[in-house]
Amino acid sequence: MVSKRPHTRKPAALSGAFAPGDPVRVAKRPVLGHCRTPWYLRGKPGVVAAVYGRFRNPEQLAYHKPGLPALVLYKVRFAQGDLWGRYAGPAGDHLEADIYEHWLEPIT
Amino acid sequence: MGRDGAEGNQQMSEPERKNMLRQGAKGRAVHDIGGLEFGPIDRSEHDLALWEKRTDAMLILLRDNKRRVLSVDAHRRMIESYGEQEYDRTTYYEKWLRSVRNLLVEQDVLTREEIEAKMAEVRAKHAKAGRKAAKETVPW
Amino acid sequence: MHDHDHDDHDDDDHGHGHAHPHAPPQKDHDAGPAGAYEVLEEAIRSLLIEKGVLTGQEIAAQVDLMDSRSPALGAKVVARAWADPAFKRRLLKDARAALAELGIDIGTLAEFRTVENTAKVHNVIVCTLCSCYPKMLLGVPPAWYKSLAYRSRTVVDPRGVLAEFGVELPKGVEVRVHDSTADLRYIVLPMRPKGTRDWSEEQLAALVTRDSMIGTALPAAPGKRTPSRKKAAA
Repeated sequence: MVSKRPHTRKPAALSGAFAPGDPVRVAKRPVLGHCRTPWYLRGKPGVVAAVYGRFRNPEQLAYHKPGLPALVLYKVRFAQGDLWGRYAGPAGDHLEADIYEHWLEPIT
Repeated sequence: MGRDGAEGNQQMSEPERKNMLRQGAKGRAVHDIGGLEFGPIDRSEHDLALWEKRTDAMLILLRDNKRRVLSVDAHRRMIESYGEQEYDRTTYYEKWLRSVRNLLVEQDVLTREEIEAKMAEVRAKHAKAGRKAAKETVPW
Repeated sequence: MHDHDHDDHDDDDHGHGHAHPHAPPQKDHDAGPAGAYEVLEEAIRSLLIEKGVLTGQEIAAQVDLMDSRSPALGAKVVARAWADPAFKRRLLKDARAALAELGIDIGTLAEFRTVENTAKVHNVIVCTLCSCYPKMLLGVPPAWYKSLAYRSRTVVDPRGVLAEFGVELPKGVEVRVHDSTADLRYIVLPMRPKGTRDWSEEQLAALVTRDSMIGTALPAAPGKRTPSRKKAAA
C-alpha cells in the first residue's frame, strides 16, 4: 500500500511524496515480519518534520534481500497528546520518530 | 496495563500481567515495547564481559563488505523471533549471540551439529584446565 | 542525501580513527565457571576462525576499537559547538562534515543528527525497538539505555523517566523525545551552563556528561563537584 501523493512541493532530489509541514498519518495495518514502525505510532497523526533521503527497505533487508527500491525516510513529529490516552505532561510535549514512506498516508 | 488506550481492551484475562501480550502480527511484536510498563529503571553500570565484546565484534565483521554473511536488519529480525518471556529475561548480548549463531546456520556458514560439537569441545577444554563450564546449551 | 549503501545501517562499522588507541588489558575470561553463552561464543568464534571466515586478529582489533570509544569524543564535539557558534551551525546542519573538521570520520554511518537543547526545548533519545545509540561518539551504551524499562517508558512518560534521573523540567519547556526507529543516530547538544564565559574547550568538555548527550541529564554546573540537575538550565 503505497501512500497517495498529496499536492505538495517535492524536493526534487528525493522525489518523496511528502514535504516538511505535511500532515500525515501512520498506517495501521498488520505486519508480516520485521518492521521498524512501532506499534504505538500506528494509526496516529503527525506532521513531517524533515525528509532524510532514501534508505534501503529494512523489511526486505531483514530477509537477505537487497532492500530495493530504496524508500524515502521522514522524521515525523507527533504531539504526545495524540499518541496516548492519558499523557501526563503538558500539551507542548512532542515525540519524533523516523518513518519510511510506505508507512505514511496523507491527511487531507 | 498498557497505557495506550487502543490496547486496553485486550488480554484482560491475566490480571497479574503488567502489559498486554505481545503476539507479533496480530499486535505488538515482542521487541515493540514503546508505551508498555516495565517498572523503575535500574541505573547500575557494568563493564561488558569479554565474550560480549567479542560477540559485538563478530557481528560487525560478519556484516562487513568483505563477508556480508548477515545484516543488522536480519540480526534484528532474528532477535525479534524470541518468545516474549525469553525476550524479556535474556540480556542484550545473550540475544545478540543467539541471533548470530542462528543466522550463521540460516546462511549455511555453520551447522547446528558442528556448533553443538564445538561447544562440547570447549567445555572439555575448560574442564581439563580446571574451570567449570555450564553444561546447558543455549536455546535455539 | 543519497541512496545509502547496504552497510550503512548502523553505527558499528569499523575503520574509524579514534582518540584512545590503547585499550585496557583484557582478562582472558571472567572469573568463575564459564556460562553457557561464554561457551557458545568461544565455540562460534573457533569455528569461524577454523573455516577462515574471520581471524582472531580481526576480532581483537574490533574489540580494541570498541574499547577506544568513549563519551569523551562526544564531549569534545559539544564543547566545540559551545565555543564556536559557526561550528555549531555546521554541526546541526551537516553533522558528517562538521565532525570531519574535528578529525572524526563517521565513515559509512548512514546519518547522524545533533538535536539542540534550548531554553524552550529539551531533547531525549531512546530506541524503543532495539537499542540504537550513537556509539560513534559515546562508546557502548549504558545498561539502562538498553533496558526494557527505559525503552518502554521514555516515549509515554518522558518526564517521569527524567525525574528518575533527577531532571525536573518546567512545564513551559517542551520535552521532545526522539525514538531512533531507522537509520539515524541522535546525540543531544545540551545547553551551555552559565558562568562559563571564558572557559576553554577542554574546561567545557569536562562538564559534558554522557547522559547529558542522551538527554537524561543536564551538563555539570561549573564549580560544583556534582551536577545540579534539579533545575532546568534556563
